[in-house]
Amino acid sequence: MAVFDILIYPDSRLKKVSRQISVVDESVKKFIFDLEETMRAGPPSVGIAAPQVGRFERIVIVDVSVKPDTPNHGKLILINPQINMKQGEVTGREGCLSVPDYTGNVARAETITLQALDLTGESKTYEMEGFEARAVQHEIDHLDGLLFLDRLVSRRNNLFKRKVYK
Amino acid sequence: MKNWYMLTFIGKDRPGIVSQVTLALYEGGGNLGEASMVRLGGNFSIMLMVHYEGSADSLEKKMSKVCTVLELQVHVDKIEGELHRHVEPDVRISIYGADRAGIVAETTGVLTEAGLNILNLESDVGGSSDNPIYIMEMEGVAGKGIDSLKSALDKLAEEKHVETRISPINTLMG
Repeated sequence: MAVFDILIYPDSRLKKVSRQISVVDESVKKFIFDLEETMRAGPPSVGIAAPQVGRFERIVIVDVSVKPDTPNHGKLILINPQINMKQGEVTGREGCLSVPDYTGNVARAETITLQALDLTGESKTYEMEGFEARAVQHEIDHLDGLLFLDRLVSRRNNLFKRKVYK
Repeated sequence: MKNWYMLTFIGKDRPGIVSQVTLALYEGGGNLGEASMVRLGGNFSIMLMVHYEGSADSLEKKMSKVCTVLELQVHVDKIEGELHRHVEPDVRISIYGADRAGIVAETTGVLTEAGLNILNLESDVGGSSDNPIYIMEMEGVAGKGIDSLKSALDKLAEEKHVETRISPINTLMG
């Protein structure tokens, strides 16, 4: 077991696009165990993506089960995740292990349908909503070299749209 | 402890204020920290943390040229400040209603009593000159829990005829 160092922006590696996993072999499994250990060891977080520790492969772990009153699938290990359907939009606050001391508002799909390989290499489909869907979208963004900073929406005037009639 | 100042600039809005003010600060040896910059009623206002190894007087002198050109008033205060000291808000509150004298003092007074520490408040006046509406959006820390704020807001809505909304900020750390 090992705990990896987390890459911190402005490390340019966080902007790299990660590659697909072709086979879920023993080395991938070992890496995933260490990735989860890294997530549990650091500041409280509900997800982590492989590129955050410098491994540019399409693997994320999400676990929002610690949050009270939050519908969830428990611990999710998502390999080559792909969002097939997005519905609705909701703005919420996000922060990131790779971006300390800053949080911002980000608009995400409210409901998603997701396909990914699990730890056994089997393809699974998930439907999820709300906080868990947000966490998955945040982590999948890392696989495409995107941070929540790339999706910030203004904190100002995001609740009431004002029209001026003349 | 670093040598931090809070600089305030105010003047009639025009293009180029931010770039020219910050260029003058950069050339004068100042380093910028957190800032709030916004157009208010046709004026542009800047509140800006500046780290500068010199006196308030010398910093103000270095700003005099750009302030003359842009017709800005500047004010310099020495502050105790640090970066990387953000406090995370856990609640967002919106209040709006017909504008009238005292609406901000009344509503925020009740919320302070109910445990709210405001970290960030943005307000605006919309509607028409005949029927202005006051709109406030704030983020803060609910020191006595969110239920205490909820009941305070319900009471405000009923007694002061304002619309209110409160939602927890459930920050995702990923």
